[in-house]
Amino acid sequence: MRKLYLHVAFFYLGILASHAQVTPAVPAKADSTGYHAQKLTIDEVNFVSAYYHQDGNHSAVTGGIGTERLTDFANTFDIQLSNYNKRGRKNTFLFELGIDHYSSASSDKIDPFSVSSASKSDNRIYPSLNWTRSNETTGNAYGFTASYSHEYDYQSVGGAFNLTLLSKNKNTQFDMRLQAFLDTWKVILPVELRPGYTPGQSYDRDHSADGSAPRNSFSAAFSVSQVINPRLQALFTVEPAYQHGLLSTRYQRDYFTDGSLRAENLPGNRYKLPISARLNYFLDDRFIIRTYYRYYMDNWGIRAHTAELEVPVKLTPFVSVSPYYRYNTQQGTRYFAPYGQHDPGAAYYTSDYDLADLHSSFFGAGFRISPPKGVFGWQRLKMLELRYGHYVRSTNLTSNIVTLNMKFK
Amino acid sequence: MKVKYQTFALLALAIVCSSTFASCVSVKPYQKNRLNDSEMELRARTAQKFEQSFQLYREGASGANGGKSGGGCGCN
Repeated sequence: MRKLYLHVAFFYLGILASHAQVTPAVPAKADSTGYHAQKLTIDEVNFVSAYYHQDGNHSAVTGGIGTERLTDFANTFDIQLSNYNKRGRKNTFLFELGIDHYSSASSDKIDPFSVSSASKSDNRIYPSLNWTRSNETTGNAYGFTASYSHEYDYQSVGGAFNLTLLSKNKNTQFDMRLQAFLDTWKVILPVELRPGYTPGQSYDRDHSADGSAPRNSFSAAFSVSQVINPRLQALFTVEPAYQHGLLSTRYQRDYFTDGSLRAENLPGNRYKLPISARLNYFLDDRFIIRTYYRYYMDNWGIRAHTAELEVPVKLTPFVSVSPYYRYNTQQGTRYFAPYGQHDPGAAYYTSDYDLADLHSSFFGAGFRISPPKGVFGWQRLKMLELRYGHYVRSTNLTSNIVTLNMKFK
Repeated sequence: MKVKYQTFALLALAIVCSSTFASCVSVKPYQKNRLNDSEMELRARTAQKFEQSFQLYREGASGANGGKSGGGCGCN
């Protein structure tokens, strides 16, 4: 009888063992050999496309009066690839290509007698490449970026170095970014200020005769992010910047109290100091609160405060709607004066309302969907986000922007 | 008066930041499921890059929040 019990027990265990062979009860263990593929693999691909339209009546090209109508169709495509070297360090390559097509009614007023000046509509192309090497155990990383930008009258070559350091418990992160842009732009004057101009006639001569001028920008960004508790994290950033060269836009007109007209003239140096903070709070499973504040100052006398609030609402774990509001208030530069109000004795002058006293509101909402089986059942399309924003500025400028972001993996 | 207001704003920001950082607790990796949510990222969304770009051009107080990579005068 005892033998029978033992046979039944062994038979039962045998069945369990045979089942265990077919479907493992325990998931396969992670590879502990530390081996990583050295072949480049695609991590993700992003496509961002936006349509922007603005209208206003304070164009700087015509001295602070006239249309500011502008449209911009902007697109960027980026692809992130990575591999591991023999020491197990991760190499990440991020290539981005941006192409914008814009048309500007005010640009046509540089030479109002021509049918259409060259910059009435233009394209901007800007590729960039970043390489980052990271240690996935410590989280520390460093990398370099090279960038280029080209449009009709403006070329830019840029380089950057980035460094990330994490604390041992990975709750504190320090980031540093050093960046330089070496830009060159063609000097284009308003038609009536070009040497040899005859009143009432178009004078679209070769602008290369006016030469080109450099504009160099150097900036650093230091940021510390901190996990405060399981629902709250913060980021604090300081970004000093220095610009040198032709910082005025020479085809923008300025009208003086004595009736004279000159091309915009601004100092050749500019120091900027923006300080900002972010605080994100996971309120509950449905609501998240994202906040942002920035203070800005520079040596042209501009001071600004910007505050932003966004509240993503998770309708499901994979679908969210994010209404947002941004407020900005700015004390303008000391060199600004409206149309016809510049002092003839002033050394520097501008009627660009972007540099004037202003306050603005920007509000809208984003819709984001990222189901685990892919958007619309398409496995490769991991995330789709659509955003709309409406902008109102106290100088009577309004604009609308629609953005589409698609992430593929 | 404006200088006093700006000093006050910076001081308030410094106090908020220092008190926030001082109140930190050690959070273990397994407690970070909420912090790792994509909506909790401590940076602007990818879809915001063009919004930031036009704001940089339309407001003289540019910088500190990204925008397009590369140069570009954006002077229209």
